[in-house]
Amino acid sequence: MSEILFQASHLGKRYGGQEVVKDLSFSIAAGECLGVIGPNGAGKTTTIRMCLGLTVPDYGEVRALGLSMPGDALAIKAQLGVVSQFDTLDPDFTLAENLLVYGRYFGMKEAQIRERIPRLLEFAALAHKANVKPVELSGGMRRRLSLARALVNDPRLLLLDEPTTGLDPQARHLMWERLQVLLQQGKSILLTTHFMDEAERLCSRLIVLDHGRKIAEGRPRDLIQQHLEPDVVEAYGNGAMALMDSPVKSHAARVEVSGETVFFYTHRAKPLLDALAAHPMLRTLHRPANLEDLFLKLTGRQIREEG
Amino acid sequence: MNHVLTIAPSIWRVPDLSLRWWPVFLRNLLVWRKLAIPSLVGNIAEPLMWLVAFGYGMGALVGSVRLGGVEVPYLLFLASGSICMSAMNAASFEALYSAFSRMHVQKTWDGIMNAPVNLDNIVLAEMLWAAFKALFTVTAILGVMLALNISHSPKLLAAWPVLLGVGITFSCIALIFNALAQGYDFFTYYFTLFLTPMMFLSGVFFPRDQLPGVLRTFSDWLPLTNAVELVRPMFMDEWPAQPARHALVLVAYTVGAFWLALALTRRRFRA
Repeated sequence: MSEILFQASHLGKRYGGQEVVKDLSFSIAAGECLGVIGPNGAGKTTTIRMCLGLTVPDYGEVRALGLSMPGDALAIKAQLGVVSQFDTLDPDFTLAENLLVYGRYFGMKEAQIRERIPRLLEFAALAHKANVKPVELSGGMRRRLSLARALVNDPRLLLLDEPTTGLDPQARHLMWERLQVLLQQGKSILLTTHFMDEAERLCSRLIVLDHGRKIAEGRPRDLIQQHLEPDVVEAYGNGAMALMDSPVKSHAARVEVSGETVFFYTHRAKPLLDALAAHPMLRTLHRPANLEDLFLKLTGRQIREEG
Repeated sequence: MNHVLTIAPSIWRVPDLSLRWWPVFLRNLLVWRKLAIPSLVGNIAEPLMWLVAFGYGMGALVGSVRLGGVEVPYLLFLASGSICMSAMNAASFEALYSAFSRMHVQKTWDGIMNAPVNLDNIVLAEMLWAAFKALFTVTAILGVMLALNISHSPKLLAAWPVLLGVGITFSCIALIFNALAQGYDFFTYYFTLFLTPMMFLSGVFFPRDQLPGVLRTFSDWLPLTNAVELVRPMFMDEWPAQPARHALVLVAYTVGAFWLALALTRRRFRA
C-alpha cells in the first residue's frame, strides 16, 4: 500500500444554523488523484479551506505529510501547491515576475526561482509570454499560469479547486494534459470539479459530496457499475412523454424524465431499442452509463442555486 | 465516531509574527518601483500646494505665530505641522485604498495565504509598507523644504525617524477601517469624519491655544496633535518639551490599533 500523504478525519463545519460539512473523512495516497464532486453548495470549497487551514473545522482533523493542521499550517503549505477557484494573479507583474514574487513567499532564493521560471512557463505553454502581463492572457492561459505558480515550490501534493471552470474545450483539454503529466511525474492531486468527464479522465478515486456529506466513494468505473445499469437510452421528440405509460418501460430497470427527455436505464438495450423503433417520431440516443448519470442519480436533477 | 473537537482560536490572540512579512513588503515595493515617479509627483504636489498657498499667501497676512512665548514665522509653523499631516495622509491612503485593492479586489492576500505566509504577517507587511510610503513622501517634502530654506535645523535628522513612527501609527489606525470596509466609499467617511477634523484640531494650521478649553483637552489626546508636538520643535532647532509623553501616546495608539486591526482582519478572513 502506498504512503498516505493527506488525511482528513471526521471533519465538520457549521455556519450559522447550517451544517455545511458533516463528518467527512478521506485520504490521498502518494501518486493518486482524488476527485471531489458535488453540486453547488455541497461543501467543496469549505472542505478545501479546511484542508488549507484557512477555515478551522468545528470538529475533526486534517493531517498532511506527517504534520497536522492548523498548528503546522505553514510547514504543510511549504510543500503544497494550490490553485484556487478564482485567479489571484498579480495584475501589475509580468508572468515571469508573478512566478518570482510567488516563489519568494516560500522563502526561496531569487536565483533558485529564476532558474525554474523558464521551465514552469514552458510547462504552462506560456514561454512566449514571459514578459507580458496577465491581463493580456486568455482565461485558459491565466489558469495555466496559476498552475505554474502553484508548482514554483515543486510540491508533492496539489490542491486544485475547479481548475477548468469557465474554459473552452481546447483550453480544458490542454489543462487536462498538463495535469496528466504531473500525475505521471508522481505528484498527488486533490481536485474539485463540476465536470464529470474531467473527473472520469483524471481521478483514480472519487468522493461525491451532497449537503456536506460524503454519499459515495470509489473508483469512477466501480461507482458507475455499482450504482447504475450499464446502458442508457435517451428518447426525446414528439410523443416522448407518452412512453411513460407504454409497455416500452418494461425493458428498462429505471426510467427518469428530465424536461422533454425520457432516460431509460437498462441491462438489455437491444429489446428496448427494438421496442422504440415502433415510434418513428422519436429520436433516440443509446450510450453507456457515465459518471454524469451517477452524479444525477445520487444528487438529483434539481438545480442548486445556493452558494 | 471519535470526533476531535476543535476550539476556534480567538481573533484577539497574540499576533503570530515572523520574518515572513518581508517577501510581501518586497512585492509591494516591486509594484511601486514601476510607478514611483508618477506616484511621487502625486504625493508631494498636494502638500507643496498647501504650503505655497497657505504658507506664502496666509503667511504674508499672518506674519508670525506666537508659540510658547516665541515668535515663529507662519511658514515654518505650517511646514512643521503639515509634514505630519502629509505622513498621516500618505500612510492612510496606502493602508486604505491600496491595501483594500490588494485584499478585496485583486485577492492578492488570498493568493499569498496559499503559500506559507500567515495573515498576521500580511497585515504587518501592509502596515510597514504604508509607513514606508509615508516616509518616502515625507523625505521628498523635507528635501523641498530644505531647498526652499524653510528650515535647516540639524534636528530634522531626528524628525525623520519620528515621522516614520507617525506613518506607522496612522497605517495601523487605517488598517482597522480597511478590515471593516465593504467598498471604497467607506473610506470617504474615514477621511471626512476623522482625518479632516483632526487636521484642524491638531495645531497644523493654527495654534491650539485658539481652541475652546474642552476641544483643547480633547485635542491633547489626538495622535496628530502628539505627532505635531514632537516634530514642530525640531524644525525650530529645539527639542520637544515632553517627548516621552507624546511618544507614549503615539505608541499606545499604534499597539492598540494594530491589535484591533489584526483582530478585525482575522474575523473578516475567518468565514
